[in-house]
Amino acid sequence: MDLLIELFSEEIPARMQPKAREDLKSMVTQGLVDAGLTYASAGAFSTPRRLTLSVEGLSAESRPVREERKGPPVEASPPAIEGFLRTFGISHPTASAHVQSLLETPGAVELRGVRFEDRLVKDRRILFAIIDRPGRKAPEIIAEVLEATIRTFPWPKSMRWGSGSLRWVRPLHSILCLLSDETGAHVVPLTVDGITSTNTTEGHRFLSKGRFPVTGFDDYAVKLKRAHVVLDQAEREAAILQGAQNLAFAAGLELVEDKGLLTEIAGLVEWPVPLMGRIAEDFLHLPPEVLQTSMKEHQKFFSVRNPRTGRIEAFVTVANTETVDHGATILKGNLKVLGARLSDARFFWDKDLRVAKAGMGEWLEGLRPVTFHNKLGSQADRIARIEALAREIAPLVGADPEVAARAARLAKADLRSAMVGEFPELQGKMGRYYALEAGESPEVANAARDHYSPLGPSDAVPTEPVSVAVALADKLDTLTGFWAIDEKPTGSKDPFALRRAALGVIRLVLGNEVHWSLREITVDSLHVAIEQHFEKRRASLTRQLINDIDEARRVAKEYEAAQAGELTSSASLWKIWEKIDAEGSVSKEAAEEMAQAYLAREMQVAFQTVFANGESLLAFFHDRLKVFLKDQGIRHDVIDACLALPGNDDLTLLVKRAEALAAFLKSEDGPNLLQGFKRANTILTQAEQKDGVEYSFGADIKFAETDEERALFAALDAAEKAITPAMRAEDFPAAMAAMATLRAPIDAFFTATQINSDNQVLRRNRLNLLHRIRAICSGVADLTRIEG
Amino acid sequence: MTATLTPPKSFQEIILRLMTYWAGQGCAVLQPYDMEVGAGTFHPATTLRSLGTKPWAAAYVQPSRRPTDGRYGENPNRLQHYYQYQVIIKPSPPDLQELYLGSLAAIGLDPSVHDIRFVEDDWESPTLGAWGLGWEVWCDGMEVSQFTYFQQVGGHDCKPVSGELTYGLERLAMYVLGIDHVMTMPFNDPQSPIPLTYGDIFRQTEEEYSRHNFDGADTAMLFQHFENAEKECARLLDQPEIDPKTGKRIIMAHPAYDQTIKASHLFNLLDARGVISVTERQAYIGRVRALAKKCADAFRLTEAGADA
Repeated sequence: MDLLIELFSEEIPARMQPKAREDLKSMVTQGLVDAGLTYASAGAFSTPRRLTLSVEGLSAESRPVREERKGPPVEASPPAIEGFLRTFGISHPTASAHVQSLLETPGAVELRGVRFEDRLVKDRRILFAIIDRPGRKAPEIIAEVLEATIRTFPWPKSMRWGSGSLRWVRPLHSILCLLSDETGAHVVPLTVDGITSTNTTEGHRFLSKGRFPVTGFDDYAVKLKRAHVVLDQAEREAAILQGAQNLAFAAGLELVEDKGLLTEIAGLVEWPVPLMGRIAEDFLHLPPEVLQTSMKEHQKFFSVRNPRTGRIEAFVTVANTETVDHGATILKGNLKVLGARLSDARFFWDKDLRVAKAGMGEWLEGLRPVTFHNKLGSQADRIARIEALAREIAPLVGADPEVAARAARLAKADLRSAMVGEFPELQGKMGRYYALEAGESPEVANAARDHYSPLGPSDAVPTEPVSVAVALADKLDTLTGFWAIDEKPTGSKDPFALRRAALGVIRLVLGNEVHWSLREITVDSLHVAIEQHFEKRRASLTRQLINDIDEARRVAKEYEAAQAGELTSSASLWKIWEKIDAEGSVSKEAAEEMAQAYLAREMQVAFQTVFANGESLLAFFHDRLKVFLKDQGIRHDVIDACLALPGNDDLTLLVKRAEALAAFLKSEDGPNLLQGFKRANTILTQAEQKDGVEYSFGADIKFAETDEERALFAALDAAEKAITPAMRAEDFPAAMAAMATLRAPIDAFFTATQINSDNQVLRRNRLNLLHRIRAICSGVADLTRIEG
Repeated sequence: MTATLTPPKSFQEIILRLMTYWAGQGCAVLQPYDMEVGAGTFHPATTLRSLGTKPWAAAYVQPSRRPTDGRYGENPNRLQHYYQYQVIIKPSPPDLQELYLGSLAAIGLDPSVHDIRFVEDDWESPTLGAWGLGWEVWCDGMEVSQFTYFQQVGGHDCKPVSGELTYGLERLAMYVLGIDHVMTMPFNDPQSPIPLTYGDIFRQTEEEYSRHNFDGADTAMLFQHFENAEKECARLLDQPEIDPKTGKRIIMAHPAYDQTIKASHLFNLLDARGVISVTERQAYIGRVRALAKKCADAFRLTEAGADA
């Protein structure tokens, strides 16, 4: 049998349709299956006014189901028997006695539709309950499942309407529920909150009139199309894309594709009719991003580009109807609205250009009072930190420190521009235009645009050195800042997107092969933040001391008390104070000195947290790196093996090492050498534990007995000669290749030679030889951490 | 539908046609509320009457004021004083969308040549403690109305639900009449002996009120008035339900609500004067909402607002 369901309502928000299709499909099919029906396939569809589900190959009735449940032993205590009976809703006082007595002779008893019998299980008589559920007809099940689906549908937001109590995304008007087989189509009867199921639907709101009956899915889809409704979202998307491309092509232009917009528009129309219009000449000088964003956000227009000029010169709007004038009135109206919108955009652009041409000082000033985070200061404070950090990072990425610092200072200026105020998604993009207008160099301007990147997995990593420096500084400042105030991500909570920031740092470092000590740079960043914090406190305390001599007196007393009994001398502060007291006023120098001394200890404490925070942040980076490398197919134990070696805060080096190791383990020699290494390591470790010595005296070839032993000596010498320079040159593949040559000699050695010889001299020498294997292999990675 | 109508010629003709249309649909055609409000929703015919179970159907024009939108009469679209057309029907009829489309046809927006769409837009009024779901209605890409199913008003669940339609009259009329600057829009028939444009009537007042809203209003006095309105609202609602003079149960829900409307408008004026900081803003909105809720509570105890 085939089932067709349509829930017809007032306009469903476009953004909710994809999930609603999935939910309808999964809730109904799951419900049918849970009730014992089977089906071959199911497909869900949506338009702005309907949610539709087609289920094919549905069984006509559910199979009878027998459920068996094992209970307590027959001779169990009455409370145990009663407890078991209660799970079937049987609680009659005599029931348990009834069961027990009947079971004294083998047999069965039936109570309230449940059959109880005893069976021998491993020589014990155990009580079993058997419930037989007869098969049920499909329509009965469908009606139940559909009603439950409608009543519990997980819309992100739902509402009531009229006098009813049913909730749906918008008023629900009709339910089509039709079951068809060879004998014909039958309405599955159900009524939900006064809406009774039928076999009818309606077409397009304006291009079709009245309701019409359907006989099944194919008939439904065909009749809908005749009634100007394209049922399938994918078909509407394809029609829109094709229509829009054709319009653009015919005018010698090209459509700027936008998948998200396409999906949204296809959810707003039942009968898509693309129409193209030209943007008025007065607006063509606006940056393409501005035209595109304004048209998309406000009007849901596609942008159309002139391939010769690269400019956005036209748009495509998608109407939901065909008109007698072929869309002329619709296009005229849309052009009028666009004119008003772009006039606004042009007003913002002109206003911003005046500020940009004057050097953007007004915006930088405007960022002072804007709070970034109440514990991390204003946007201006943040920019100052990023500037300091960018200056330090610059030489490590091949950028000029002063240029990087300037880029960092200006990179966020556009946050105060009118255009970004209106369209926040243009941040950075406008910054680039405005920096160029301000006469900044292209590399400074590009950094304004690129320093937010990479934002997501598909976002490219900046490569211009100045952009890289600012992008790294921006993300590191965010990470160290929130680390310092203990706002670390926990579980699914990451309100400041710190995981994304850490991944951004990782991708920037790897993408540009940056070699640095992440530990050092993190500590530097933490220092910058602490210094800035205390500088601000020092300044405000100084002001306070100058203005309020009583406060100065209090500070001096408190300081003296705190210092009492401690080694540190409070003499200097006290001397300053005595002078102040004598003069009856506080000079600027004295106040500064006093503030400095007062905050010194607190600062010391703050700096002591730097190391711990740096380590914990580094561990966070390593975690993110593991996730990142896992996605690239590198196993976590391989990463652990590399992380265990010194220099693990140079991520570029670390990843090179991990990649080489992963490749090595996939080679033929890899797993065998690993076995050899592990064997050597196990024997050696056991011997070392037993003997309480470390066998690292150096093995001597003159005690070698077998050819295999001598061959291993030679192989180790040769490998060492190759590995040492390769490691120095960070040529890990070469080092691993050299290590791979050890596989055969090690295998041969273990086959031919017994380590624990009775001859203690030979034994010690062999253990020392094993130590060489361990030392050579461990220089590349900590192979003990590799699984298998 | 009335597709054979001639196109309207003036702003007032559009209003008259809407009046006629909704009167024909059985709405009580009310007159504007005689107080300064920010939107047609503030009219007690909408806020208070959307509460309780008594059926209700009303339509009216409501002059509305948004002090911060003043542009001295120079901006083609923005005004600090403008008109909203409001329809409120409780319970929302099942064919409300069709009724609404009929009203568009009545003013010359015929769906056989226009593209009319319902685009998701959820409505919320933080000052009224109200929210609903619905759409903004687009005609050829322009928003011409707000269409909302009220879910909650003054903190009370709306049972039954009211359907609310709000038309921004100037914008809608400019579109229908093909006008680019609001001040040039014919207010009465351009063939009249004395033709008047929107500008003839409102350009000067837009200028005067813009100056008043941004610079002229005495903020110390406005703050005081806000406090007074807030106190008076609470005081009126604190009175015993039984009027000592008549011996009747008379809850002063509407007089108290007038004070809420006042407080709301005073807040808007203070906001336009730029004397309310970002952090204070939320607190003021919360104070107005508290008043609106109290009034809603009180109205629910009256005959008009009770459950039948």
